[in-house]
Amino acid sequence: MDYFKYLRMDKFPHIWCPGCGDGIVLKAILRSVEEMGWSKDAVAMVSGIGCSSRTPGYVDFNTLHTTHGRALAFATGLKMTRPKLNVIVVTGDGDATAIGGNHLIHAARRNINLTVLVYNNNIYGMTGGQASPTTFTGDFATTAPYGALENPFDIANLVVAAGASYVARSTVYHANFLGKLIMQAMQKQGFSLVEVMAPCPTAYGKINKKGTPSQMITDQKKLAVRVEKAKNMTAEELQGKIVIGKLVDREMPEFVNNYERVIAQAQRR
Amino acid sequence: MSENRTLMMQGNVAVAEGAIDAGCRFFAGYPITPSSEIAEHLSRRLPEMGGKFLQMEDEIGAMGAVIGGSLGGVKSLTATSGPGFSLKQENIGYASIAEVPVVIINVMRGGPSTGLPTLPSQGDVMQARWGTHGDHPIIVLTPAGVRETYDMTIRAFNMSEKYRVPVVILLDEIIGHVYEKVTLPPPHTIETIERKKPDEPLEKFRAYRADESMIPPMPAFGDGYRFHVTGLVHDETGFPTNNTQKIEEMLLRINGKLDHYRDEIVEVEEHIEEGSQIGLVTYGSSARSSRNAMRMAKEQGIPVSMLRLKTIWPFATEEILAFAKKHKYLIVPELNLGQVKHEVEHAAACHSEIFGVNKISGDPIPPTDIFNKIKELS
Ligand SMILES: Cc1ncc(C[n+]2csc(CCOP(=O)(O)OP(=O)(O)O)c2C)c(N)n1
Ligand code: SF4
Repeated sequence: MDYFKYLRMDKFPHIWCPGCGDGIVLKAILRSVEEMGWSKDAVAMVSGIGCSSRTPGYVDFNTLHTTHGRALAFATGLKMTRPKLNVIVVTGDGDATAIGGNHLIHAARRNINLTVLVYNNNIYGMTGGQASPTTFTGDFATTAPYGALENPFDIANLVVAAGASYVARSTVYHANFLGKLIMQAMQKQGFSLVEVMAPCPTAYGKINKKGTPSQMITDQKKLAVRVEKAKNMTAEELQGKIVIGKLVDREMPEFVNNYERVIAQAQRR
Repeated sequence: MSENRTLMMQGNVAVAEGAIDAGCRFFAGYPITPSSEIAEHLSRRLPEMGGKFLQMEDEIGAMGAVIGGSLGGVKSLTATSGPGFSLKQENIGYASIAEVPVVIINVMRGGPSTGLPTLPSQGDVMQARWGTHGDHPIIVLTPAGVRETYDMTIRAFNMSEKYRVPVVILLDEIIGHVYEKVTLPPPHTIETIERKKPDEPLEKFRAYRADESMIPPMPAFGDGYRFHVTGLVHDETGFPTNNTQKIEEMLLRINGKLDHYRDEIVEVEEHIEEGSQIGLVTYGSSARSSRNAMRMAKEQGIPVSMLRLKTIWPFATEEILAFAKKHKYLIVPELNLGQVKHEVEHAAACHSEIFGVNKISGDPIPPTDIFNKIKELS
């Protein structure tokens, strides 16, 4: 496949560190857009602030780099006034679940037809490695020099509970599988989210002694457990594992479609 | 509403109907007293007009949603009051730097913090100008009655579309909740302005390249231009830059738009009484108290003039200087501790002596307070 036709080549080299997982997510998104057959004009990519949120700058779509945590709010407004646009939201774990946590649960509850990619690196990459809401208890961060005390969010399950139509998780190691999940998320009418474990060797790996970038990625292979298999495992067995696959895929009324019905009803009166 | 356009109307409803007549078809907000009637009215009216209403999870999200909505090519509105206005500030800065047309209503109530939810204030005048960080352009209007609120809402959309700046309307609890008899103009007579769209081919298009008008044309997302929008300082391509010359160029342009169009943006109403030594500089609901005080003074044979600021930002510095030159004393009545008085002092450049009549108790300004000051000075 020709990735270049989707890229703004004059914006390269990108800002991501060597070994960062973010580029793998970008490629998976582009493969899915290609498979969906969406024209570049029909795609909008919206992000917040962070390393992950720099993705839109590199793609030749309608691109919107918003404020920290607010990508879903901007995307919601855009989707409402331009329902025909295929709106992809890219966000980091901090962007989506700390400062943007409120928008995340409400966008899911509203079940608005957006495709959301959360690049989860368990850290604030862009600002140099502070603890995020997905930093594991005991892990180190520049603001957790004695180890993080708080419990991490399980982003995918949080969004399942909030009412999304489609939720899945993958790692960047499972790049082809990731692409498949993103495709399903794009096909789904309703709020769809794929959580991607995307290692940050610079801000997370170093301080937590996770080895080389390639080791961090190959470790994902060992840690990953398919959701089907995880069903028969105990919580203890799942400790430290990454459950990958489709967590929920359900048919539910979509918000903008519902609103179009409200308009029809209001205009009949 | 289309047949009989003479009716009793509330200030907040005048915002909603003005927005609809201006062509606004998207609203996102979060309920807050004393602005909620705007959201309530639009939740019913917008779908009737084929538009959309969205109650967001908070005001930060609402501000983000209207910027997204406007980038989709639809005129977009949000409405709030003090606490919510504080929450909107970061994304108001985003609209300023990314030049996304949006209209923001702030029906002022007493502050700080949760303050006085049901009582009027004019305490957000400075916040409306400087609430978001960094040097940025913003236009702020202050209507003094229901019909004017309707007109100003249309004007706010027109200016926002034309200059690509966020426009704030500062109502206060009095103007938002007062009912007045109004006759609205027939819809086909209303002049509305739409943002200028590009006519170049995609290859030539630069999303933030402006000609001498200083305002770049603005396509909507999905129109085929595939441009980039960011809150980072960017060059004419719309992409972030660290080139200090381009940084300065861009920031000077967005801030300079208001200087360039200053004369068409700044609107004042001047009422000169023959032989007046005393002038009132006033705005919003305080103008209503001021008018009464003028009348009381006139009955006692004291001529008093009035300069009413319809646009409060950019500030009517030239008009105030000219007014100050004609008067020995200026009185600035306001429902705060002197936010505009300080600006008037600046503008008047020592040509007259300036006094405030201030109230922060949640009461409107009693006209007698202003009248007493007039008597004291005459
Ligand atoms: C309102 C606000 N607060 C803080 C910041 C600083 N900031 C920028 S990115 C970021 C964290 C990003 O972390 P994450 O979302 O996990 O993305 P990553 O960089 O790891 O991809 C922070 C705190 C900001 N830009 N805006
Ligand atoms: S800091 Fe981490 S997340 Fe950011 S680009 Fe570098 S490796 Fe990637």
